[in-house]
Amino acid sequence: MDTLLDNLDVFTKGFGTTLVLFAWSAVFALILGTVVAAMRVAPVPIMRAVGTVYVNTVRNTPLTLVMMFFALGYPQLGLPKLDYVPLAIIALTLYTATYVAETLRSGINTVPLGQAEAARAIGLTFGQSLGQIILPQAIRAVVPPMFNVLIALLKNTTIAAGFSVMEAGAIRAFLSERGEPALVVLLWVAAVFVVLVMVLSLLQRYFEKKWRVA
Amino acid sequence: MAASVLFDAPGPKAKVRNNVLAVVTILVVAGIIAFLVIQLGKAGQFEAKKWSIFSYPLVQRSFAEATLATLKAFGLAAALSLVLGFLLALGRLSDHGWVRAPVTWIVELFRAVPLLILMMLFYYGLPTVGIKMTPFVAVVVGLTLYNGAVLSEVFRAGVNALPRGQAEAAYAVGLRKGQVMTSILLPQAIKSMLPAIIAQLVVILKDTALGFIITYTELLYYVKYLGTQVQFGSPIIPAAMVGAVIYIGMCLILSGLAKYAEHKINKSPKVAKSKAVMDVEDAGAAPMNL
Repeated sequence: MDTLLDNLDVFTKGFGTTLVLFAWSAVFALILGTVVAAMRVAPVPIMRAVGTVYVNTVRNTPLTLVMMFFALGYPQLGLPKLDYVPLAIIALTLYTATYVAETLRSGINTVPLGQAEAARAIGLTFGQSLGQIILPQAIRAVVPPMFNVLIALLKNTTIAAGFSVMEAGAIRAFLSERGEPALVVLLWVAAVFVVLVMVLSLLQRYFEKKWRVA
Repeated sequence: MAASVLFDAPGPKAKVRNNVLAVVTILVVAGIIAFLVIQLGKAGQFEAKKWSIFSYPLVQRSFAEATLATLKAFGLAAALSLVLGFLLALGRLSDHGWVRAPVTWIVELFRAVPLLILMMLFYYGLPTVGIKMTPFVAVVVGLTLYNGAVLSEVFRAGVNALPRGQAEAAYAVGLRKGQVMTSILLPQAIKSMLPAIIAQLVVILKDTALGFIITYTELLYYVKYLGTQVQFGSPIIPAAMVGAVIYIGMCLILSGLAKYAEHKINKSPKVAKSKAVMDVEDAGAAPMNL
């Protein structure tokens, strides 16, 4: 307990950054993922192809490598300087968006055929039928897997610790300088993560119940 | 739902619009790629000096060795996590509460802790209580515990998705509990869950890359090492490109295998179709791991 209380500053700072990474990446990944999912079912074959190539490439690349591209590669490009935190958010977003897209697409598949047919029958365009008929229903169906994607995102933020971002995964390195036992520190970090994941699981159950498909 | 249900067959107007959209898409994508290539070129990333490093036989051999190190960690972790997943699934499906409860806790715990923290626990944490391990062991143990927990959920979902008659019939012909599980339920569950299981193997392969953060000298570690070679102009981007190609290639082969298995299963009348797979995705057990 002392290890936690004596170094509360480092712990709060670390997990604060973790939550910042998580929140921004979650928002951007949900937006980008929805766009990519829409592209993958779009009437234009080229759009479908672009979406498929993006998803298949990024999903088969380790997140660590994606982050390395941004954290170590980007500064060599001579583009405007960015801090490590925004770079990590970009990497997490690009990576997580593919999973969001795939989850949404599987949700689209669960919407009964008649819904899309009815939407077409009353003359809705592709954008209207997807945006007003299909996606609202699909989103309800994919609440549990979507939360799993978010939980995975939360855990994946730790990888940023390998690239100079001071977040939860880097707490150990910080505290080893203060001479704290690594085992205790890491157990505390793990414990906080268990709590955070539990909070997300509770939210998951809440929304699952609230938005249950009738 | 096939994609084509979402829109009508395009008429003359829609055809024009689709063509315009197609051109716009191509332009945007080409613009992004061109921007990247031009920036990379401006920053001198395509200079011969930065790429010449790959022409040395020593570098090529080291690349192969690093890839082998990745595959070694992957192979061992994959085999061990399949075994662990099998055991944990047996535990969670047990009829005895005193077996089920602790196993459930273990599974939930290992799924909730980030894999990197788990690896750090083994590599940096345990030495403080006198248990030393090499980075390789820490990577394999971390991967095994995490993916074993995830795979056990996949197995369990597969068993739960089987028709109840399977177990009832097995009991009716006089099999014991263990026999019902090991010779009737699990074989069917594993077969129907094969796509999800292979997808999880892809995750293991990708997660070996985490090993580089705890100094396991695998592919990504070597990529970063090459990136620090100043006499070649710190070719981190070229090295990362080569590494990405190797990783994506290996993962695509595995993913292809998963697709093939899914295709086979959907054609086979013996398996309870991919309904089991879909149930798991609904329950969220399968693709939770990224």
